[in-house]
Amino acid sequence: MSGMPRPGWHVATVAATRRETPNATRIELDVDGWPGNEAGQHLDVRLTAPDGYTATRSYSIASSGEGSRVVLAVDKLPDGEVSPYLVDELRAGDRLEVHGPLGAFFIWRPAAVTDDARPVQLIAGGSGVVPLFAMAHAHAAAADPTPFRLLYSVRTPDDVYFASEWAALAAASAPLRLDLVYTRRTPDGWSAPPGRITRDALEAAAVPAAERPRVFVCGSTGFVERVADWLVELGHEPRDIRTERYGGT
Amino acid sequence: MTSHLDGNALAGPLADFFSFDITTATGRCKACGTVAELARAMVYVSGAGTVVRCATCDHVLAVLVDTGERAWIDLAGVSAIEVRR
Amino acid sequence: MSFITRGFTGRGRERDDRLPPGQTLVGDFPVLSAGPTPDIDTADWAFTIRTESGTEHSWNWDEFMALPIEDVTTDIHCVTHWSKLGTGWRGVSLDTLFADVDTELEYTMAHSYGGYTTNVPLDDLLDGKAWVAFEYDGEPLDPEHGGPARLLVPHLYFWKSAKWVRGLEMMADDEPGFWEQNGYHLRGDPWKEERYW
Ligand SMILES: Cc1cc2nc3c(=O)[nH]c(=O)nc-3n(C[C@H](O)[C@H](O)[C@H](O)COP(=O)(O)OP(=O)(O)OC[C@H]3O[C@@H](n4cnc5c(N)ncnc54)[C@H](O)[C@@H]3O)c2cc1C
Ligand SMILES: [Zn+2]
Repeated sequence: MSGMPRPGWHVATVAATRRETPNATRIELDVDGWPGNEAGQHLDVRLTAPDGYTATRSYSIASSGEGSRVVLAVDKLPDGEVSPYLVDELRAGDRLEVHGPLGAFFIWRPAAVTDDARPVQLIAGGSGVVPLFAMAHAHAAAADPTPFRLLYSVRTPDDVYFASEWAALAAASAPLRLDLVYTRRTPDGWSAPPGRITRDALEAAAVPAAERPRVFVCGSTGFVERVADWLVELGHEPRDIRTERYGGT
Repeated sequence: MTSHLDGNALAGPLADFFSFDITTATGRCKACGTVAELARAMVYVSGAGTVVRCATCDHVLAVLVDTGERAWIDLAGVSAIEVRR
Repeated sequence: MSFITRGFTGRGRERDDRLPPGQTLVGDFPVLSAGPTPDIDTADWAFTIRTESGTEHSWNWDEFMALPIEDVTTDIHCVTHWSKLGTGWRGVSLDTLFADVDTELEYTMAHSYGGYTTNVPLDDLLDGKAWVAFEYDGEPLDPEHGGPARLLVPHLYFWKSAKWVRGLEMMADDEPGFWEQNGYHLRGDPWKEERYW
């Protein structure tokens, strides 16, 4: 694929961290030599202990475009090895080894570049919203006319990532519609009780298969699996569906 | 419980082996003949190595073992890989 | 690379003199998975030893459970650098399973449900060194850890202890199994650190 920035190993310095949700941290990195990245790409973070032991994990990039600033958002798995470190321990000034930008498949580029005017359906579970936020942000920044719709499943209203940014994106000239599903607790006066996303809810909130939307699904492996199966049952073309499984069940 | 990832996750581990992003290349499964982007394969990651399986038939397409100093890559389950320039 | 990440130590790892070189102790039981976990009903399960003459020695679950059962307490060592000391298993000794097997060949290939293979010399399976285990820590072996039954060859790295084992095939030569074809050592003795080719 032409024009893709070449991946490499870089040393990143943490510019800032902040609580994204009660269970997640947003991490802003200044990455020396970063070639910029497409919306939807990820990077691999490698942590090294004093005895030489290393652990490597992948994280989606919430930002896109040129420049050396890279934004991540990480959810804490209580018994995890890497995420508790990134969420609770990492602070401004720390340095991390990162490998990226990675992945040329789960990316979105403006219609002006791809010549593809079909609508886009984004579907996220939990932290799986990170690369989809990058896409929605790039879409707004490009004032792209492609209709975007995001279906976002979260545990509670406090667990919404990028909570302060969505309103601005929805108000931008690039068309974006946001639908939320709450699995544990809803805001007061919400029309539906809390619960996992269902096939019917998916059908009701997603761009119909007849419009041949391009669909990006991201979240835990179990979430992605369920949603992708339903999309095919609902008549979406498997080749129009792109998935990013994060692991877990 | 560990579970599989998408072929997308191979972009980092395979970046050292190819001069382009191999995850968008298409490959043909030797067992069932399915032709699909590597990004659509199923990836099982463990400390021992990374096993890539066909999303249609589960057959092993590729195995990657990387010790940091040495690495092995086995693409024996793929009959050919198509790269578009 | 001399890079160190401030404040990162990794999941609890402890050195211990009883451990082979390069190993650390873990409390939990990490799972190495190379594929989906097969779902095998004991009603459909069988274990088969196949020799050079084509003779098959086969046991279904009930026949297998009627064989002499041994309690085994042993240390296990995974090539991914973790070890566990004093793990408790129940299973049938390979000596019992090979009692009536007539073979001149010196090598075996273990085959598993799901397609996994690993090669083990016959010498490493006999004389009280290996079992087909169906209980771990007093409970039926959970599918994630290889249930209904797995090979247990604790003096070799744990990838040799094939999960979901369904049989052994006698071989004239020591041919590589799944991981052995991809860089891992043909024998895998943890005390000699036989990790890779
Ligand atoms: C391409 C890609 C992009 C990713 N992007 C992000 C991101 O932007 N933000 C983010 O927070 N995470 C992301 N992840 C997940 C991330 O890579 C790690 O898997 C996660 O942070 C857990 O690592 P850990 O070391 O804390 O847990 P581990 O020590 O690896 O695992 C601890 C336990 O949690 C289970 N587990 C592992 N992953 C998950 C999961 N995703 N959900 C539920 N249980 C799990 C494990 O099976 C294990 O039982 C991404 C994964 C991939 C493949
Ligand atoms: Zn196949």
